[in-house]
Amino acid sequence: MAIIELDHVTKQFDDLTAVDGVTLEIVDGEFFGLLGPNGAGKTTTLLMLTTLLRPTSGTARVNGFDLVRQPRQVRNAIGIVFQDPSSDDTLTGYENLKLHGMLYHMPVALREQRIRDVLALVDLTDRKDGIVKHYSGGMRRRLELARGLMHRPKVLFLDEPTLGLDPQSREHIWTYVEPLVAEEKITVVLTTHYMEEADRLCARLAIIDHGRIVALDSPAHLKRVLGGDTITLGVRAPNLDAVTALGLVDKIDRQDAVVKLTVRDAKACLQHILQAVGPVDWVEVHPVTLDDVFMHYTGHEMRDASEEGGWAERSMRYRSATR
Amino acid sequence: MGRTIHAISLRDEIGGIGAIWYREWKVFLREKSRIVASIVNPILWLLVFGGGLGRNVSIPGTEYQAFIFPGILAQAVLFSSIFFGVYIVWDRKIDFLKEVLVAPISRTAVFIGKVIGGATDSMVQSLILLGLGAGLGAAGIIPGLHPRLLPFAAALPILAVTTASLVSVGLIIGAMMESPEGFQLVSSFLLFPTFFLSGALFPLDRLPAWLTPLVLIDPLTYSVDALRHVILDNAHFPLGLDLGVMAGFLAIVVWMGSFAFRRMKV
Repeated sequence: MAIIELDHVTKQFDDLTAVDGVTLEIVDGEFFGLLGPNGAGKTTTLLMLTTLLRPTSGTARVNGFDLVRQPRQVRNAIGIVFQDPSSDDTLTGYENLKLHGMLYHMPVALREQRIRDVLALVDLTDRKDGIVKHYSGGMRRRLELARGLMHRPKVLFLDEPTLGLDPQSREHIWTYVEPLVAEEKITVVLTTHYMEEADRLCARLAIIDHGRIVALDSPAHLKRVLGGDTITLGVRAPNLDAVTALGLVDKIDRQDAVVKLTVRDAKACLQHILQAVGPVDWVEVHPVTLDDVFMHYTGHEMRDASEEGGWAERSMRYRSATR
Repeated sequence: MGRTIHAISLRDEIGGIGAIWYREWKVFLREKSRIVASIVNPILWLLVFGGGLGRNVSIPGTEYQAFIFPGILAQAVLFSSIFFGVYIVWDRKIDFLKEVLVAPISRTAVFIGKVIGGATDSMVQSLILLGLGAGLGAAGIIPGLHPRLLPFAAALPILAVTTASLVSVGLIIGAMMESPEGFQLVSSFLLFPTFFLSGALFPLDRLPAWLTPLVLIDPLTYSVDALRHVILDNAHFPLGLDLGVMAGFLAIVVWMGSFAFRRMKV
């Protein structure tokens, strides 16, 4: 069953078409990714799906409710972790959650129960009475994640939730999100321009560029389009017949002493190939990545002009303020 | 976004207003410098300006220092109320505003909650200033200001309506401004004329002809006059007129404010 349906959704800002006729269905319980470079239209799509922006044309439904005509029902059904910090840093973690419960009309007893639950989920119970200004960037993200889950939404939107966090904190966030999503059985829509995150987490993803969906499938299927991993060998006298005889290689390209092999799974067959091909000078293994997929569909690389100013700068400021 | 009015329950709206107020109140309690700053300036006006000028100026019916006390109360409320609007600009600078706007409450509720939040701050400030005024009056430091419970208490609803209107104005400016600097610019352009034209520092009798219309279109004029009614029993317009204008102004800016919030970009 589709929990999110977009039908030819377009968003125009003056002379810029940020989202260009997107049609998409996201299935209930799915971990779905919107992958694309900055400015591709991911955040605009998300702002429309969360009722903060009105589509210029097209219709969309979340949990069966029309975005434009039934925004309140949509809002009740969704939780969001925004790209920039969205908690009040003069309040404590607990107070931010209490405020959220009040905004979502939760009865007091349920609210307090859920605050305890979600604080425990993101390991912030000990720090709940600390002022958010004194949290690290990663802690603040976790608080906002807890908040997004607190009213038990059907859909959780994560807008670049790890942007600007150091690799360790990024990893930390995902160790919370993965089991959470399984436990709370909700649909997750993630926007990211980190390919590895999308690859690892998403059941399906849409690659989006210049406001259009250019590819839509599971990461594995998307990568299969490119044929598979490549193994490049520096070998003067390759025994290509023996390699072919292995039945593991889809494609062989030879240019003098350089042999390029396309295989389904490099990890599984590298050892056999090395034994068959003869003495090698060097080996280069290039597992196919979503970067390659992106390149394949768009003809250009993800221009990773990551303007990480927002989060990084701010959390740095908060951290330095505490020292 | 307000077409599904039928689905909105009044209880939810009041809950939403309460949530916004809760946040503003917590922030207010935590930022004590705000309140200290809002008390120091009015005291300077009363003691230094009023005390210095009061020796050389005579107002029919009362001492000058006591005469400007209602005006300074209104001024304090004017500045703190309008400046409250800048916090909406800050809310937008981080994504906190989105968190509020994506909640299942109407933008009108967000606006009303903000108005009540800002008005609460100003009323705490007003209570302190009324207390200080009473103390300074009783001690003879502000000659002619006689602290009496009922007139001082009657000033509170007048100040409440005044601050609610002015917070609305501040929020309307805040809803339209992208940067705190822009807010600062527009609001200071508004604050000083509003203050000087309100008659906070001078009586409204015998004004130059060119000045009279400007004073009459200044909404703060009527708050100052109403405050003079209750605190000094020495005013220019009938109290009914003052209250009528104040109520009308409040209605207009609240309507404009909820409109501005519905139109506000995230």
